[in-house]
Amino acid sequence: MQTALLLPETERNERARITPQARRRREDRPALGLPLTIRNLRKSFGDNEVLRGIDLHIPAGQFVAIVGKSGCGKSTLLRLIAGLDKIDAGAISFGEAARPEDIRVMFQEPRLLPWARVLSNVEVGLGRDRASQDAHPRAEHALTEVGLADKRDQWPSVLSGGQKQRVALARALVSQPRVLAFDEPLGALDALTRISMQRLLERVWRDQGFTAILVTHDVAEAVALADRVLVIEEGRIAHDATVNAPRPRERGSVELAGLEGSILRHLLSADDRT
Amino acid sequence: MSLIDSIPLRRSFGLPRADGLIQWIVPLVIIVIWQIASVIGLVPTRVLPAPSDVALAGWKLLLSGELVRNIWVSFWRASIGFLIGGSIGFAFGLANGLSQLSAKLTDTTLQMVRNVPHLALIPLVILWFGIDESAKLFLVALGVFFPIYLNTLHGIRTVDPQLIEMGRIYGMSDGELFRRVIFPGALPSIFVGIRFALGIMWLTLIVAETIAASSGLGYMAMQAREFMLIDVVVLSILIYALLGKLADTASHLLERLTLAWHPAFQKR
Repeated sequence: MQTALLLPETERNERARITPQARRRREDRPALGLPLTIRNLRKSFGDNEVLRGIDLHIPAGQFVAIVGKSGCGKSTLLRLIAGLDKIDAGAISFGEAARPEDIRVMFQEPRLLPWARVLSNVEVGLGRDRASQDAHPRAEHALTEVGLADKRDQWPSVLSGGQKQRVALARALVSQPRVLAFDEPLGALDALTRISMQRLLERVWRDQGFTAILVTHDVAEAVALADRVLVIEEGRIAHDATVNAPRPRERGSVELAGLEGSILRHLLSADDRT
Repeated sequence: MSLIDSIPLRRSFGLPRADGLIQWIVPLVIIVIWQIASVIGLVPTRVLPAPSDVALAGWKLLLSGELVRNIWVSFWRASIGFLIGGSIGFAFGLANGLSQLSAKLTDTTLQMVRNVPHLALIPLVILWFGIDESAKLFLVALGVFFPIYLNTLHGIRTVDPQLIEMGRIYGMSDGELFRRVIFPGALPSIFVGIRFALGIMWLTLIVAETIAASSGLGYMAMQAREFMLIDVVVLSILIYALLGKLADTASHLLERLTLAWHPAFQKR
C-alpha cells in the first residue's frame, strides 16, 4: 500500500482504523471489475444531439477519467452507463449479466437522506440486501473503509461537506460494486479536502478492484487518478490518452504536468477552432 | 472528580428552567396590570371584570362541574373533527401528490371548494344536521381539511428530486421509497399544515358553538352573555387562549420528536 509523507492527519488516522478482519474480508472475496463496451452510443434531448456516436472499450478494473468542457456530453455518457437515462441508439454492455447492485454512481451532491443516521444512509446502498441479517456489519465495514466509523449515529446535517461525500462513497461501496461511476464527486469540495478525497478514491479503487469511471472538469485530477483520460468534444471522443505514471503518483511531477498540459492544449484548441 | 465537575455547565446556571418560565412573564405582567387597573377603578368592572373576579367565577363553575363538562365537550368535538378532517385531507394530499391522475381528477374541485369560507356554510349545516354534534364535527372537519391537504400535497411535491432519483438507483421499491424518502421529506410541511389546522379547529368550533349548540365552551359564553355574566364571558375567552396554546405546544412537541434530524430542532 502506498505511503505518502504529506498525508493529512485525518487520513492517517483512518488508515490506522482499518481492522485486520476488514483486510481479510477483502482478500476472501475480491470484487472484480466488469469490462465495459460501448458501441455507437447516441443520445439527444429534443433537437440537441448530446452524444453523436461513442465507441469505447474499458477493460475490467481500469480507472478511466472523462474530461471535457461543460455541455460536451460527459455527464450524459455517465448517466447512460449508470442506467439513469434511456439510450436512443447504440449499446452498452458489461461483458456478463450485471446485477443492479454491481453498478453504482456517486454524484457531485452527497444526496444523503437528512432524516436517516449515517449508518442507515450507508445501508441504503445495499439495495435488495437492505433487510438481510448482515446489513449492519456490512454498512459499518464500509464506513470504516472511508474512516467515518465514529460518525455512525450522527445526523448528516452535522457533517462537513467532505464527510458527507465520504458517507456517500461508503454507501456506493457497501454493495461491493463492480463498476463505480463518479459524476464530479469532488466538484464542491475545497482544495485540501479534494486532495484527501482523491487519495481515498484511489485507495478504495486499488483495494476493491472495481472499474472506475470518473467524470471531472479538473484535468489535474484526471491525470492524478486515472489510467486513461478521455477527452469528449461535441458528443464524440476526441482524444484518448494513457497515463503510464507508476502509482503512488507524485502530485505535480514533471511527467504528470506534461500530460496535463497536452490534454489542456487539446481542450483549448477546440476553442480556437470554433 | 469534584462534585462541580460532574454537573453539566448549562444546568449549573439554571438556564433550562428559566427558558421554560420566561415565556410566561408577559402574560403574567398583563394580568397584574389588569388587576391593578380594576382595583383602582381605571377599568369599570361592567366593561372588564378584574382577573380575581374571573378566577372566582372559574372556581364556582369548576365546583359545579359545569366548566369541566363544557371544556370536555368542546375538546372532544375539536379532536374528533380534527381527526376526521385531518385524515381525509392527508389522504387526498398523499393521493394527489403521488398520482398525476388523482391530482387531475380532484385538485380543481378541491381548490374551488377551498375558496368558499367554510363558516358561510353554517346556515346550510344547521338545516342539514340541526344543532346536533354532527353539525359541529362537520364544520371542524371541513375547516381542518384544507390546510392539511394543501401542506401535505406541497410537502410531497417539493421532496428533493435528487433524493428520489438516489432512492430509485439504489433499488427502492415504491413502498420503500415512500417510507424512506417521500414521507419523511414531506413531514416538515405536513406539520406546518397541522399547526394551521389547529388554529382553524378552535376558531370553527367556537363560532359553531356560539351559534348552534346546547353545550360546550362557546355555548357557555353565549349563555353568560344572556345573563350579563361578563366574568364568565372573559373566562371563556381566557380558556380559548390556554387551549390554543396547549394544542400548539402538543404539535411542537410532536415536531421535536419526529424531526430530530432537522437542523432547526437540534439541541446545541
